[in-house]
Parts: sequence; structure tokens; C-alpha cells
Amino acid sequence: MARTEKPVDIVLIGLGWTNSIIGMELADTGLTMVALERGENRDTVPDFAYPRMIDELTYGVRYKLMLPPAQNTVTMRHDPSGTALPYRSLGSFLPGIGVGGAGVHWNGHTWRPEEVEMRLKSYVTETFGAKTIPEGMAIQDYPVSYDELEPYFDQFEKMAGISGKAGNINGQIQPGGNPFEGPRSSEYPNPPLKGTYNCRLFEKAASEMGFHPFPLPAANASQAYTNPYGMTLGPCNYCGFCERFGCINYSKSSPQTCILPALKKKSNFSIRTKCEVIRIDLDKDKTRATGVTYVDEHGEEVFQPADLVISGAYSYHNVRLLMLSGIGEIYDPAKKTGTLGRNYAYQMTGGYSLFFKDKTFNPFVGTGSNAVSMMDYGVGQIDFGKEGFIGGSIITSAQYNGQPIRSLDLPAGSPAWGSGWKKAAHEWYGHSMSIASHGSNMSYDTCYFDLDPTYTDAYGQPLLRMTFDWKPNDIRMTQFMKAKIEPIAKSLSPDSLKASFKTENSHYDLRPYQTTHNVGGAIMGADPKTSVLNRYLQTWDVHNVFVMGASAFPQNLQFNPTGLVGALTYWAARAIREDYLKDPRPLVQA
Amino acid sequence: MSKKSEFLPSRRGLLKATATTAAAVALASRGGSALAASPPAVDLKSYAPVSFDADEWRFLLAACDRLIPDDDTGPGALAANVPVFIDRQMSGDFGHARDWYMKGPFAKDASPLLGYQSPLTPAEVYHLGIKDADAYCRDTFGKPFAELAPEQRDQVLAGLDKGELKLPNVDGKAFFTFLLQNTKEGFFADPIHGGNKHMIGWAMLGFPGARGAYLEWVDQDNVPYPLGPVSLSGERR
Repeated sequence: MARTEKPVDIVLIGLGWTNSIIGMELADTGLTMVALERGENRDTVPDFAYPRMIDELTYGVRYKLMLPPAQNTVTMRHDPSGTALPYRSLGSFLPGIGVGGAGVHWNGHTWRPEEVEMRLKSYVTETFGAKTIPEGMAIQDYPVSYDELEPYFDQFEKMAGISGKAGNINGQIQPGGNPFEGPRSSEYPNPPLKGTYNCRLFEKAASEMGFHPFPLPAANASQAYTNPYGMTLGPCNYCGFCERFGCINYSKSSPQTCILPALKKKSNFSIRTKCEVIRIDLDKDKTRATGVTYVDEHGEEVFQPADLVISGAYSYHNVRLLMLSGIGEIYDPAKKTGTLGRNYAYQMTGGYSLFFKDKTFNPFVGTGSNAVSMMDYGVGQIDFGKEGFIGGSIITSAQYNGQPIRSLDLPAGSPAWGSGWKKAAHEWYGHSMSIASHGSNMSYDTCYFDLDPTYTDAYGQPLLRMTFDWKPNDIRMTQFMKAKIEPIAKSLSPDSLKASFKTENSHYDLRPYQTTHNVGGAIMGADPKTSVLNRYLQTWDVHNVFVMGASAFPQNLQFNPTGLVGALTYWAARAIREDYLKDPRPLVQA
Repeated sequence: MSKKSEFLPSRRGLLKATATTAAAVALASRGGSALAASPPAVDLKSYAPVSFDADEWRFLLAACDRLIPDDDTGPGALAANVPVFIDRQMSGDFGHARDWYMKGPFAKDASPLLGYQSPLTPAEVYHLGIKDADAYCRDTFGKPFAELAPEQRDQVLAGLDKGELKLPNVDGKAFFTFLLQNTKEGFFADPIHGGNKHMIGWAMLGFPGARGAYLEWVDQDNVPYPLGPVSLSGERR
């Protein structure tokens, strides 16, 4: 029998970016809030303090800031007829754990989607015809537009102190920025980071070929900056330990640097760590949540009553929690029933490595968003009818770190061990740069989540099962990018050039790291027949349950998801604060 | 080609470092306590392994010596204490797969695309892999692996690497994959983990280790960074 805690007004599941924002934005209502986080508390000091944090083996290779699969993982198969097996050791994606969540260990690329990505299905249908959408592709419009979200992108960027250069302010194209971006109401809060040598080489090469390069919008502060919550970031010192690490320098935007110290001062907000929520509890009619059940650090099951439940776990953990709680009907592609779990999507990436005998890059001089990008082949810039695919990519030259275990890149054909490997490592370390594509991934009927019939977690609950593979549309997209990047790379006359792009024979490989941009599964939409959440991230079925995060994306953007995740969170927080709390009900009539 | 032929930074460079990098200053000032907290670099010859018996240890040294040999490029895995690193890893979370999902059932013929699917921990893979590979060497060459000539050892390792040498009790390729990955880790991880003795691996590349502050170097195009590495415990070279 579970122990019952004192009721609160609002319970927050997980304490990463989204629920830190929710906590802050709802704090002035005076309502009592408790955040339940399954990991440990983490602060810049002592947890990310120099020098202990910049240990490549511990954090970059043994993943000590990540959720260990021993605690929870997914199973994976390539198609609906296969048998899924557990993701036993981390590789392709790295879910976070602990206070701050993935906001601690991200690189900080902070994008807004293109306007057309927010209404992708309508855009494709209107511009290229419905027949452009292949059989089995499941793309949808977001139920909210870029223009509606603009103030919330702006709010997230100012909170996180993003460093960048605007390309479009109120419709006026700005030199040096991204001319293809949607109109912004203001410039970035901080000027762009200064880039490394590779950035200048790429910028020059791309400009000379008529493209439009610009500094990648960075959650790494280019100067001292105090945000609207009174939190101050220090200028980044390019330590080269960003992605997979906590920031030693108060420079990378994270819940720790941008929100939590301010939030912890609010007397109506509290945090309980090492408390893993195992379900959202519903009333008899299954129309209202009564609270959540969690297991505390002593293994005791606890019921936390609450009037409002906001799930801000990592993307697919939100999906699993809804499934375990019986909120929504689980998607079945064969019967074409249910919506919960459908439209899982990932990210299509590829790249070239360029090796130069006579160029020295000092690759350890880097930060998570030290990069120059171009969007000339973005989703809105490609003729899908002519090219035969739907999607697009940003093309980027970045220098993140020179960590030798995971970032030692050698020319094709180099030996993997022995004297030949040593010689190659000695000769080529520090003499390469990359030009990479980071692209969209469409959603499909056969890419989805449900519950695994075999494998369970420590509490005996089923693991989430992922069914996913690359589809021809997205392979054509990445091959298009390969053809477009190659001439840019060759114009720099490298001594050696190495390509890494997926081909028509590629199947999804769980082993090499790709991105932690797993989206969909509890998608937002205008119609409860094809979505789990309405336009305010409220579940259609249980009006006092809201779900934050990239699980709401109906297909993946060409971008890193955090910019849109942040904007949607502010957008939902405002709807909760100014509308829902005054009159708790479904905010959209089905 | 660059500064890396000189493993030791110039005195001039070191002085410049002290003047310009806050991180190096911070390290120097706290070096004492960090050094006291971390074990000193051990002598490989007198090191007593905790995860391997004497035969296994001889195999491990002989294998590391071929994966990253001592040669014209510089000192190799043995000089860097890589076997000490692997020994410590095997007794920790990694060796025991403590962070991995290790509940069954385990599929026998899983697609490699789905990642690690064996019920064996990395430490168990090492024990079985060494035993089987040594037995193969005795059958084929009449000697254990550690007593083979360098070329013969390379032949055995290449056989495992290519999946051509099948072992009876463990996947030889999986064993080799751990062995190579952990050897490189031991060559390049901070010395606090037992390998990369005196930052030999970092000096070979020109990686400055835990300096952690490079703002002044961002816009110095094509200028080799002049300073040698520092470690988490404050050692410099």
C-alpha cells in the first residue's frame, strides 16, 4: 500500500528545461508545486566544477551524466514484424537524468523552425500537390503557427541568452544573418560567438559559391549576460567540454545557469530528487488525474495527490508514462487505431571530413555551438516536386572539441591499430575540419512506439518499444545534401576527403552516436483522431494532464529541437496560467 | 608538419601559458590537494593486477604492446600504463556492465545494428577471450600468445579483428573490439584513470588535456598551440 503525501496543486514530472520553465512561469500564481526528478540534484558547484568535470572518459565515454540503461531503456526493432531487443548500452542517443536533464549536457544549438515546417503537410500539398507525399508517410501540421509562437521563441532566447545574428527582423533581411529564417521581433540577446579557423574557411567557401552562411545560434554566451530571471551567464572560454558535460564556466545555458537558483527561492516550489514517477493516477471515469505514483530513493511507493499534472520527462519517457497510465489509446499500425505512440521520428545527419597537411585547427579550442551554418538547402528552399523527396538540412562547419577518445578523425583507409594507426593519429590529429548536414526526418505509419511484450524495468513495468528504420524519402534527402556539400568541400582543396552519408542500403544503427533528438509519440494536433495533445500540449482525454517536450512533434524538424521545445513550453505555460487555472477544462473542444 | 614532433613545450611557451590561461593557474594552485587525492603513476613491472591472473596479465601486456606499439612515432601502450587502466576498468562499473541493461532474454543471432546483446559483462568477455585465444595460440604455435613473435601476435589480433579467428566460448570480434577500444581509452584518458602515464598519449597528438581555457586562441588561424598538456591532478609536461 502506497504512502500518501500531502496534496499539492501542481505536480511536475522531471526537472529539465521544460519543467524548470513551467515552475518559474507558474510560481507567481502562488499555487503549491512539487517537482519529482528520478535522478540526483545537480548544481554547477560542486557537480560541474573544474577540473573534475572535464574528464573525457567519465562523462564523454562512460556517460556518467546520462540515464543508465540498467535503470530504464527502450527496446528497438526495424519493422513491425520484427522482435525488438533492448538498447542495452548507450550509443545512438543519450537520454539525460538528474536535475537539469538533457539541458545540462547538450551542445546548445538553439534554432527556430522554418515557418513552413510548422505547417508542413499543408505547405507540401499546396505547393507541390498531395501526390508528392509518398504512401505511408504520416506528416501533419503543427496546430500552432510560427507567427503565434514568435513571442515565445523570443522569450526562450532571452531567458537562455542565445548568441547569434538575426537574419530577418520584422521582415527586414539583415546582413550576416540567416536570410531564410522567419521574421523575428528582435535581435538575439547576445552577439554571435567568434568562430574558429574552420568557421572562417567554410564561410568564405560558401559565400564565394553564392550561399548565405551565418553563425549558428548558440546557447554558449559570447559575453556576460543577465536574463529576465536575474540569472547571469559568463562569457564562454572555449574549454572544449560542452556536449556530454556540465558547463564548468556558467557559460552554457541550462536550467542550472538560467532558471533553477531563481526558482528555488520561490516558497511554493519544491524539488524531490531520486523519485521516479511510475504512473499518473486517474479517477474512475479516466477523465481526470488525481495525482502521480512514484518510487522514492528508499524504494517506497508514494502517491502524490495533485490537481494538475505536467509531464516534462525526456521525450519518449513522456510517451511511456502516458501508456503506463492509460491516457490515450496506444497506436496500432495494423488496425490503424489509436494515436499514442505514433509518429516517432529521428534526425537524418551526414558529413564530410576534410584533411589538410598544411592547416592546423587546434581542435580542442571549441564549444558546443562554435559553428557557421547555411540554410540554402533548408526545407523551405527545396523544390520537393523536382527533387523527389520532402525535407531539408542545415549545413554546418563546427568545431566542438578535440577530445582524443571520441573525436580523433583519421583519413579513410587509415589502420585502426598498430604503428600505422599511431603514425596516422600523430600526423592528422588537429589537421581536419568537417562540413556536416543536420536534416529533417519525416514520420511514417511504421515508425512508432508501443509497449514491449517481453522486457521490463526494475518495477516490472514494460519497457517502451521503438519501431524505426530509415525510409527512401529521407535517404534521398541526405544524398542530395552530399551532392551539395561535396563541391563546397572540394573548393577548399583538402589533401583528403572522407564522406559519411547514409545510402539506400543503410538501416538504422543503434551503435554510433547520432543525435539525442528523438521526437513524436505523443504528438500535438488539431484533431484528437490524429493526435494526443491539443495546441496547448494538453491531453485530449484527461484535461488536467499536460505534456511538454519534443514528444509533441508530428515529424522532426531539420533542426535541433530545443528552440521549439522551449517556445512551446512558454506558450503552454501562458495558456495554463492565464486560461486553464481560472477555469480548468479542455482548452480546445474536440 | 607541426609542433607535435616536439613532445615537450618550450620554456618560453610555458611562461606564456602561465600568463594567459586562467585554467592553468587554477590548476597549479590546487595541484597539491588533487595530487594527494589521486594515486601516483605506478610502475607497470611491479603492478599487481586485481582483475586478471598472471597468465591473463601476460596476454594483456603482449596484446596492448601490439595495438599501440613503442615505435618511431613515440612510446606505446606499455609505457603509458594502458594495462593498468584496463585492469581498473574491469573492476569498476564498466567491467561489470553496471550501467547496462542486462536482463534477459538474450538473443543469440541478433543483428549487430541493435548493439550489444550478449549476457557477458566486458570483464567476462576478457576472461573467456584471453583463455580461448591463448588456447588457439598453443594449438597453432605451441606457445601462449605472450610468447609469440610480434608478427605472430599481429596475425592473431588481425584474425580476431576481421572475425576470421573464431573462438569457442566467446565472440572473438567482440573481445577484440573491447580490447582495442579500452587500449585507446587507456592511452588517451586522463592519467587519473591509471593509463596515459605522464600524458604520453596526449603529447603524441598535441592535445592539451585539462587546460580548459582557450579564448585567446579562437581567432589564431593556422597557428599551432604551443603548450604541452596538463592533467586533472595538475601534472604538466
